[in-house]
Amino acid sequence: MERLKNFFATRAGIVLTGLFIGILAAVLQKLGNPPNMGICVACMERDIAGALGLHRAEVVQYMRPEIIGFVLGAFLSALIFKEYRPRGGSSPFIRFILGIFAMIGALTFLGCPWRTLLRLAGGDGNAIFGFLGLIFGIFLGTRFFKMGYSLGRTQSFPSKAAGIWFPLLMFLFLVLLLLDVYYQTNILFFSIKGPGSMHAPIFISLSIGIFIGFIAQRSRFCTMGAFRDLILFKQPHLFLGVLSLFVAAFITNLILDQFNPGFENQPIAHTMQLWNFLGMTLAGLAFALAGGCPGRQLFLSGEGDGDAAIFATGMIIGAAISHNFGIAASPKGIGPHTPEAIILGFIVCFIIGFTMREKRI
Amino acid sequence: MAEIIDVRGLSCPEPVLRTLEVLKKLDKGEVEIWVDTNTSKENIIRAVNSIKCQILEIKEEENIYKILVKKG
Repeated sequence: MERLKNFFATRAGIVLTGLFIGILAAVLQKLGNPPNMGICVACMERDIAGALGLHRAEVVQYMRPEIIGFVLGAFLSALIFKEYRPRGGSSPFIRFILGIFAMIGALTFLGCPWRTLLRLAGGDGNAIFGFLGLIFGIFLGTRFFKMGYSLGRTQSFPSKAAGIWFPLLMFLFLVLLLLDVYYQTNILFFSIKGPGSMHAPIFISLSIGIFIGFIAQRSRFCTMGAFRDLILFKQPHLFLGVLSLFVAAFITNLILDQFNPGFENQPIAHTMQLWNFLGMTLAGLAFALAGGCPGRQLFLSGEGDGDAAIFATGMIIGAAISHNFGIAASPKGIGPHTPEAIILGFIVCFIIGFTMREKRI
Repeated sequence: MAEIIDVRGLSCPEPVLRTLEVLKKLDKGEVEIWVDTNTSKENIIRAVNSIKCQILEIKEEENIYKILVKKG
């Protein structure tokens, strides 16, 4: 067990995690998930917001088992390897706000950092602009860290039970999904057309989600951290995981005939490149200020990190706001109120970046 | 007595950032870094090794890892 524990912290461990995620994401797409969206944490949380009726965009409503699996897999891993440690209290409401704007940025581009890589690996040229925006946003975040930015220290919670609530919420979501699918209880909202209606079989999605949650908790896989550590410390450890994800997804896409290079008519994507860039710049900045990409925030939530759970909740609420107020983009382009929301997001993130500084001891 | 850098409870990348800031300013000597998660411990070991400082000892005491690092 100790050897396994150490293995995933090694270079080989992070590379293997990236390879698994890249291959499994492309396979999930083959098994029914939307094109270039085998796994997209932002899109899948948006679908969950839809399944709960928090927004009524009928084409993006599904209780995605992958997200549930990520949290439960990380929870299981943290328990087994004694890393389950309920904690929180590091500027939770600011993290909530960052989660909202991270989602607004991601839904302007139509993807999280994972999907940015998957879109690139599927040949979607529009994702180049999102990718550049992501790196630029993370770069802006690192400037704030250089200036002493901090959301403050977390505290360990007095009870071990304090960290189970987010995993329990995910388990409840799973129960609701199974009740609806097998007993037609009609509690959740389900898309009958569009990306929300496209999904791999539930138990395959769930199993893959749990598996990825487990190994990503062990290896600390983080797409934002990959670029942040390269920029801040010239440390390539996490970047190797991201590179592996991209290469594995690219090769798997070639094998499965899912590679379609070009800019026009790419699946669940638009060609408004300025907004692809700015959307991911905002998302990258918000992820950097919150200390993790959306996947990493889910894995941390599974470890009992209440602050990460609040960020993830912020993202779900951000998806509802995006779709309810004409902010989210669609394949036709950005929404009527996307520009205002993105500008507001930058103003809020910059205020947070400039004002949140801890006096160094 | 080694200087203590207490980075317990801080989110990534602050533990590594603060450790490197202190180590870069240090001409030579020892510092002890206090962390409270395996993730921070792994990140600091990786960062310290990359700047050619030496890890002398890692102690685990009641949910604290104390990493003793020597420079020079």
